[in-house]
Amino acid sequence: MSQIGSFALLLALGLSAYSFLAGFLALFGKDAASARLGETARRAGIATFAAVLLAGVVLVVAAFNDDFSIAYIFHHSNRALPAAYKFAVLWSGQEGSLLFWSLLLAGYGFVLRLRYKTDQRLFAYASVIIAAVQVFFLLILNFAAHPFAIMQGALPADGTGLNPLLQYPEMVIHPPMLYLGYVGFTVPFAFALGALIMKYPGEKWIQITRRWTMVTWCFLTIGVFLGAHWAYAVLGWGGYWGWDPVENASLMPWLTGTAFLHSVMMQEKRGMLKVWNMALIFATFLLCMLGTFLTRSGVISSVHAFAQSSIGTWFLVFIVLTMAVCTFFLIANRSHLKSEHKLESLVSRESSFLFNNLLLLVVCFTILWGTFFPILSEFVQGHKVTVGPPFFNRVAVPVALLLLLLTAVGPLLAWRKTSVESLKRNFLFPAVGSLAVGGMMILFGVRPWEDPSYFYATMAAVLSALVIFTVISEFLRGGRVIAGKTQQNLVSAMIQLCHRNTRRYGGYIVHFGVALVVIGILGTPFNKEVEKEMGFGDKINIGPYTLVCQSYTQDDNPNYANEWAIINVFRGGKQITTMYPERRFYKASGQPQTLPRIYPSFREDLFLVTDVYLVYEGKNETTGRPIIKAHLNPLVPWIWIGLIIMVFGTIVALVPNAAAVQVAATTPARAPAHVGAGGLR
Amino acid sequence: MKLSNRVLDFALKGCGFDSALKGCGFDFALKGCGFDFALKGRGFSRAESAPKSMAALAAAGQRATPPLWPMPEKPARRAFHALILTFAVFLFMGAGDDSARFKDLGHRLMCTCGCGQVLLECNHVGCQSSEKMRNELLAALDKGNNDDLILQGFVQEYGPTVIAAPTATGFNRVAWIMPFVVLALGIAFAVHIVRSWKNRPEPALADGIPIPQGSELDEFRQKVRKETDV
Repeated sequence: MSQIGSFALLLALGLSAYSFLAGFLALFGKDAASARLGETARRAGIATFAAVLLAGVVLVVAAFNDDFSIAYIFHHSNRALPAAYKFAVLWSGQEGSLLFWSLLLAGYGFVLRLRYKTDQRLFAYASVIIAAVQVFFLLILNFAAHPFAIMQGALPADGTGLNPLLQYPEMVIHPPMLYLGYVGFTVPFAFALGALIMKYPGEKWIQITRRWTMVTWCFLTIGVFLGAHWAYAVLGWGGYWGWDPVENASLMPWLTGTAFLHSVMMQEKRGMLKVWNMALIFATFLLCMLGTFLTRSGVISSVHAFAQSSIGTWFLVFIVLTMAVCTFFLIANRSHLKSEHKLESLVSRESSFLFNNLLLLVVCFTILWGTFFPILSEFVQGHKVTVGPPFFNRVAVPVALLLLLLTAVGPLLAWRKTSVESLKRNFLFPAVGSLAVGGMMILFGVRPWEDPSYFYATMAAVLSALVIFTVISEFLRGGRVIAGKTQQNLVSAMIQLCHRNTRRYGGYIVHFGVALVVIGILGTPFNKEVEKEMGFGDKINIGPYTLVCQSYTQDDNPNYANEWAIINVFRGGKQITTMYPERRFYKASGQPQTLPRIYPSFREDLFLVTDVYLVYEGKNETTGRPIIKAHLNPLVPWIWIGLIIMVFGTIVALVPNAAAVQVAATTPARAPAHVGAGGLR
Repeated sequence: MKLSNRVLDFALKGCGFDSALKGCGFDFALKGCGFDFALKGRGFSRAESAPKSMAALAAAGQRATPPLWPMPEKPARRAFHALILTFAVFLFMGAGDDSARFKDLGHRLMCTCGCGQVLLECNHVGCQSSEKMRNELLAALDKGNNDDLILQGFVQEYGPTVIAAPTATGFNRVAWIMPFVVLALGIAFAVHIVRSWKNRPEPALADGIPIPQGSELDEFRQKVRKETDV
């Protein structure tokens, strides 16, 4: 097996190197021979996908066959490992995840090369750049982190097993989503660099890559949130975001990618921010690489950098080289990137995008700065310092709140110029609604002046409400106009409105999702927790809930031994559910792992939904009783609902626009109505 | 007189809250403040010096101190004071009793077991470090040590990485300042960009057709809105 895998990887390296070199040479010629050479490069790129896919399949088959002659399989699998996790072995360790990176890149390259007829010249440039990135990963796979390395000495009877933290259903989908996001940004990067090198006229490259970018951004969003959910559901500390360097590494390209998705609209519609957009997409790609570097290099200690080695140097060289190439072409071809229009007013969509970008980048810089400050500190002061959650919460959160304000206000501004009257008219309902939300919070006992966290929570609630009311008012306003013109009911009219400009209204739905996510986060200051040793019939009272220990027991299977408690949850004297917080001991790896249980109270509190979160902390060895830690985490489920809405919004934005509504001649004449502030889109 | 003292003094006196706030818990509110570095950097310690200083400051009045800003007229002046007070309250606010101090300090320390988590959030199975450290923290609070002393004790025992965020001393200040410097530079840059865009001359048309301006342009815009909107 290992020989087939090794051969496939070598073949893939050869093919991608050919694709790069031949494609590169073909770019300089305009004769038939160059065209033929370019075509062979394209086909070599397609064949690279087949070779890398073969290597990936071989590794998965080896995991299913318990082929412990391959060192990677020995270190990341064992005979009793469930089938789904054997599949997940592909991305569970360093060598496998690099192979997975390479496979996804080859997959993206495969699709791109099949669609080359859209614009052969631009696609040829993009193909060469993707081939260059592919060569880098295949070099690492062949010479620094070989996934098919053979075990030395006697063949072991069983593997050491998968890290228990990774034996959770989400780990089967979280890394692929994250990697699809990381790798996917290579495509818009390749098109942007290609367009810059060849001085591609117009903004067509943006239109070509728009869907790529949105799909990639969506994958990255899902990946980041699934990572948060995994931390919440597996690590058992009751939180979902710890500002760990690896978490930060996934958030940074998401922030610059989000900035790019916004600012690119200015280039499409107004021919502005061309240099900025190039810089943003370059930064996003480099941050994706940096994320992989952080996860793999061990340069910064992290709670879940599951694989570390010396390949960090490879990444560092690649990042520096890519940065140099990008900077060179950005400077050399800057004359090609001149803006075509002037700004008419400060109160306009353009300036809101500019400040939105600024704030996104400041948050990104803060995270980057905080992540790398320990290294800087060691260099300057001779010792490391910790830059943990208190730093990020104090510095990034206020800026993020400003960003939320812009998310609310931005859609109310028109391109070019917004009149004060239209701003007042559009802003009144959202502003009053959001202030009412703030007032209600104070009325219900939240005292923002008592604690900074309450202050931030109130501000976040007010601003989230502002975003939500803005989105609702935009839908209502447009829906009413269509309903008036077409005699439909309001809901159908809003659906039609959405279909007529999917990008704009899909974007609003994403904003709505973001606001829900923020609402989920703002519950944090109101979390409660109680820890108690629980015998039969013992109770914990937490918030409106009473937790009663019905029993505790243990079990055993080939993969792990486990012990758990059976806890009945009561509210208002009525039993609402039974929960089973658990602790496992994995035999192959010899590592213990807690498995918290979570009950979201949707049936009891629809809007103020709260997670009852139970953790089996351990067992009192003297009494044999379990120690249970109960958390009450208000509003957290809104985070995951917000994610679903964000994904839905992105899907809506990807749908092509419907043709303009044909208003029947018999439609009664009405006074012209105004649809949104941003009339000129 | 230190700047932070003068800001609060100015705001409290101006709003007539100087006596009202005495003993109403505002001084306690300063304990556990998230912006402790702002106080510590000016010679305060979180638990003791800051509240005493603030209360004393509010009570003493210190009318001889020259104003920081030129005084506006009465109603405007009161509004100005209220604004400064709002800013000052949110800057220096916090909450604190012993359990709150335990929670606050426990969130300012890292567990040393290698889990990379904040002390009070480490639930690493079988973690010996967090249990020991929590007990040490409780013992230090029982002794009545102030926050600085407690944190110093932890630094001596576990090294500087036990503090969850850089302190506001020496080079570590750079960690806190830099994001705001970047924000300020970014805003300045954005304003510069917007200005340069606004001042950019319109592209000249080859055939000499005049570019619509002012009300004429608004008319065009209205027409386009009507045509492009539903």
